[in-house]
Amino acid sequence: MRNIWIITTREFKLYFTTPIAYMVSFIILLILGFLFYVNITAATFQQIAPGIGFILGPLVTLLLFGTPAITMRLIAEEQRMGTIELLLTAPVRDFELVVGKWLGGFLLMLTLLAVTWVFPIALNALVEPGIDQGPLVTGYLGLVMICASLVAIGVSVSAFFSNQIAAFFTTLGILLVLWLIGTPAQAAGAVGGSLLTYLDFGEHFYSTLYVGVIDVRDIVYYLSLTALALFIGTMAVETRRWR
Amino acid sequence: MIQVENLTKDYGARRAIDNLNFEAEKGEILGFLGPNGAGKTTTMRILTGYMPPTSGKARIAGFDVVDQSLEVRRRVGYVPETIPLYPDMGVYDYLKFMADLRHLSDAEDRVESVLEIVHMEERADGLIANLSKGMRQRVGLAQALLHDPEVLILDEPTIGLDPAQIREVRDLIQNLGKERTILLSTHILSEAQQVCDRVLIINKGRIVVEDTPEQLQSRLTGAQRFAVRVKEDGDGLEGLLRGVAGVTGIQQRPDGTLEIESLPGHDPRPDIARKIVGEGYDLLELKAIGLSLEDIFLELTREEPTPPEMRDGIENEADDKLESFEED
Repeated sequence: MRNIWIITTREFKLYFTTPIAYMVSFIILLILGFLFYVNITAATFQQIAPGIGFILGPLVTLLLFGTPAITMRLIAEEQRMGTIELLLTAPVRDFELVVGKWLGGFLLMLTLLAVTWVFPIALNALVEPGIDQGPLVTGYLGLVMICASLVAIGVSVSAFFSNQIAAFFTTLGILLVLWLIGTPAQAAGAVGGSLLTYLDFGEHFYSTLYVGVIDVRDIVYYLSLTALALFIGTMAVETRRWR
Repeated sequence: MIQVENLTKDYGARRAIDNLNFEAEKGEILGFLGPNGAGKTTTMRILTGYMPPTSGKARIAGFDVVDQSLEVRRRVGYVPETIPLYPDMGVYDYLKFMADLRHLSDAEDRVESVLEIVHMEERADGLIANLSKGMRQRVGLAQALLHDPEVLILDEPTIGLDPAQIREVRDLIQNLGKERTILLSTHILSEAQQVCDRVLIINKGRIVVEDTPEQLQSRLTGAQRFAVRVKEDGDGLEGLLRGVAGVTGIQQRPDGTLEIESLPGHDPRPDIARKIVGEGYDLLELKAIGLSLEDIFLELTREEPTPPEMRDGIENEADDKLESFEED
């Protein structure tokens, strides 16, 4: 456990010395702020009370595109630079390395999520008598879960590559597939349809946590996705030794 | 300390190392000598637990490198050939990170003391990215010394350094080798000769020869050879020395030096000296000529017909050989 934390703190600190994390955060916050402004203006015209969905909706999409940029370097860079050789010959287990890397990226995403709290706070001040707190809390719980699984997938993919760009696009591809997999559900028949719906990444967020409902099945979905991705990532590091 | 039995590693169809067997005792500096691509790095990577062998066993301090990998890794300090470091970390921070990974309770003190050993105290706050190759080498070595390991594995520790740095690193290795077991690979032969207690010559994944540098020389020279030089000209000396017991051949070099060959195991030097002085010549020099490790090495690695890609390696060797002469 101690090794995980040592690797995590190094990763987390390193994000603040490299431009990529700042760029990703800046772009996400910029777009989010812009959409926030547009939505508020539109809501004023249409005389409807704006909800937390103004922030949560776009944020999930932005995270989908931002996370691969955050996670691409985590293991791929070590493989490119050869530093993985020192990590794998230090008394560290392979899963500690992968989990440590994941936690480092995850903590960065949590930091970013914490910064986005300015929007609900602003919204709460703008709307009389304040926004619905339920979806705010469950929505952010959902975002935390989503970040955990997005970062886990990113780390896992990163372990297969020594090229960061390849890791980026592969991660993005996998995330988009998971994001869109539920779309053809209605055409896929009863069993296939419910399977596709279950696998769909957004389905577990938009129909429940987004609207203020906590369903254990959704939590289980995100947690198992995280665990599965970390397991695959560990296997990737392990098989590296055999190549 | 290090025991290797029938170690074999295949990369796909290519056999990188083939049935290696060797041992290293505590306090021994074992040199691993061979052309590029001979399997030195592969062997070291197996010993450090970076990758498992295809077959065979290796033990370090009694622990199996595959089954008790973590135990092995706790006892080994490793400097890979490329010295992979994080360029965007500071020297001190990097060493502290590696010390933490090894759970050293006195991490700060250890970092300070290894920085002192490699003379890098004044660069501790600098970024690794700004270090020269020689300094990165020293940081790599510092990292390997953090936990005061029983076994040090150094892959080409002097490659890419300038002559002064090479001497420094060699002195450091000799110092460290007093209480540790060191396995170091090199393709600079004079280095092995200077630093190592014992040399393993490896070629195409097989051990060609294993011996002390001195033994290697005399064993492979076969007949013993001596050079004799006298003041003024040595006319008539040749015929005179042919009569000395044990002398089998004499050749005159262009510079007037005589090269004398004698039967193995028979040292005719006292007789030669007496004879020369007795006949009124002024003896300036009488010395044994050994084959250098370079000669031995080239001879051994050329025994079998070499495939083209290996031949390239050997030509590079020859270049390195020249360089290493210049260094010395």
